[in-house]
Amino acid sequence: MATPKEMMTTWDKIQFGAVLPSFEDPANKVRSKFNSYNYKVADWRVEKPVFNRNLCIDCDFCWVFCPDSCFEVEEVVNKRGKKQAKIVGINYDLCKGCGVCVEVCPTPIKSLLMFSEFVENDEALKQWPKKEDKKD
Amino acid sequence: MKNITTLKEFACTPDRFNGGHRLCPGCAHGMIVREVVNATDDDLVISTATGCLEVCTAIYPYTSWDVSWLHIGFENAAAGISGAEAMYKALSKKNKSYNPDKNVKFVAFGGDGGTYDIGFQSLSGATERGHDFLYVCLDNEGYMNTGAQRSSSTPIGAHTTTSPRGKLSYGEKNRKKDLTMIMAAHGCPYVATATPGSKHWKDMAQKAAKAISTVGPTFINALSPCTTEWKFKPEDTVEISDLAVETCMFPLFEIEDGHKLTVNYKPKNKLPVEEYLSKQGRFSHLFKPENRWVIEEIQKEVDRYWEYLLRREEAGV
Ligand SMILES: Cc1ncc(C[n+]2csc(CCOP(=O)(O)OP(=O)(O)O)c2C)c(N)n1
Ligand code: SF4
Ligand code: SF4
Ligand code: SF4
Ligand SMILES: [Mg+2]
Repeated sequence: MATPKEMMTTWDKIQFGAVLPSFEDPANKVRSKFNSYNYKVADWRVEKPVFNRNLCIDCDFCWVFCPDSCFEVEEVVNKRGKKQAKIVGINYDLCKGCGVCVEVCPTPIKSLLMFSEFVENDEALKQWPKKEDKKD
Repeated sequence: MKNITTLKEFACTPDRFNGGHRLCPGCAHGMIVREVVNATDDDLVISTATGCLEVCTAIYPYTSWDVSWLHIGFENAAAGISGAEAMYKALSKKNKSYNPDKNVKFVAFGGDGGTYDIGFQSLSGATERGHDFLYVCLDNEGYMNTGAQRSSSTPIGAHTTTSPRGKLSYGEKNRKKDLTMIMAAHGCPYVATATPGSKHWKDMAQKAAKAISTVGPTFINALSPCTTEWKFKPEDTVEISDLAVETCMFPLFEIEDGHKLTVNYKPKNKLPVEEYLSKQGRFSHLFKPENRWVIEEIQKEVDRYWEYLLRREEAGV
């Protein structure tokens, strides 16, 4: 059986019985170069979602509905001692800019908004709508 | 069985289905598959029939799967998974040290083309033989990976390239095959419908968890709105799922042991089917005066089926 090191990476040189392992180091869950997690689809995007940590209530709707597994979470323990997921960011290598996360975000002023790819995130956060201009 | 109660807790699950796949932006296949594979902590062996999911998650040399995954033909996801399951059972029996402390579960994914149509014989056979697996149909109501041809799941009135709308045609003419009921009629211990609607993430994850932990053949028919071929904006995938449920075009229910039916969600105000149809380009021609009668027919059929489900649940037979 071919091992990753011996693997050719063009389709016409693939060996019979070749296996593409998802993990380089399965015990520590280190994903291999064959895992699409390490591929980039960022150039599919015209607009990107920007995340505003200050407004987020950690409902995790964005996490569950993102079809591209983009939301990065950190496991934290809440006051009642239960574990819960805190959203810490978006993986922009994997995000295709579909906008689903923005649609499902339930906060009165959204914690996720779409911005042009060319707007820096810091700048986007400065442009975030305030309470007054919510209804226009 | 994994206990799925709050989303805050469910979201701590390390993802076993990765981004970097090439499904269209906003594709519901990705949402459904993530929920299913994250609904268990057991090791999984998965077979996937050819279709958008298979093609987009295994573009050489990349894989989007953190679990054992096997690509099989268009017609035999169920045959492939039953073979893997039978082999695993036989080897475990022969050699007790074979993966002793692992609880391996078997799941197959197929599109509606690969399930309602060409893969139906292998699914029916695998179910009859009683293998221990979950089969998930990603029902986007057409052969979408090859550019939207009709399948026996395409609903009346929908435009596809092989049920085209035109001067003389209002689109698909045959009624959608009721595969969920057909699978229940096999006597499966568990059969259910699901869709990635905003209120229904838990319904889907719990159904997947239950189906995976149930011994024997189980089946989930998951409505998978297809932004590209149903013609709606990618950000609206979840809303379309919601409307499918709120109009009762796609009711959420489950059937245990081949007969015991439970309706899992009853809309407070059942919306008219127009609300669902008008949001999708594939039905836009139905709103012309000469095709309005088709919408009325669709509404009648939806009302009839909903009534049937409610009565059957009430009767408890
Ligand atoms: C035997 C066979 N016939 C035809 C094809 C070509 N083909 C590949 S995917 C596909 C359509 C898949 O439709 P469906 O199962 O509904 O999945 P979707 O892409 O819609 O998710 C077809 C016809 C094939 N791969 N194998
Ligand atoms: S825009 Fe789409 S792909 Fe990007 S993070 Fe939001 S849901 Fe995920
Ligand atoms: S959907 Fe909005 S509020 Fe909820 S976790 Fe995501 S960003 Fe935060
Ligand atoms: S064609 Fe439809 S089902 Fe296929 S990847 Fe695109 S949105 Fe998903
Ligand atoms: Mg299909």
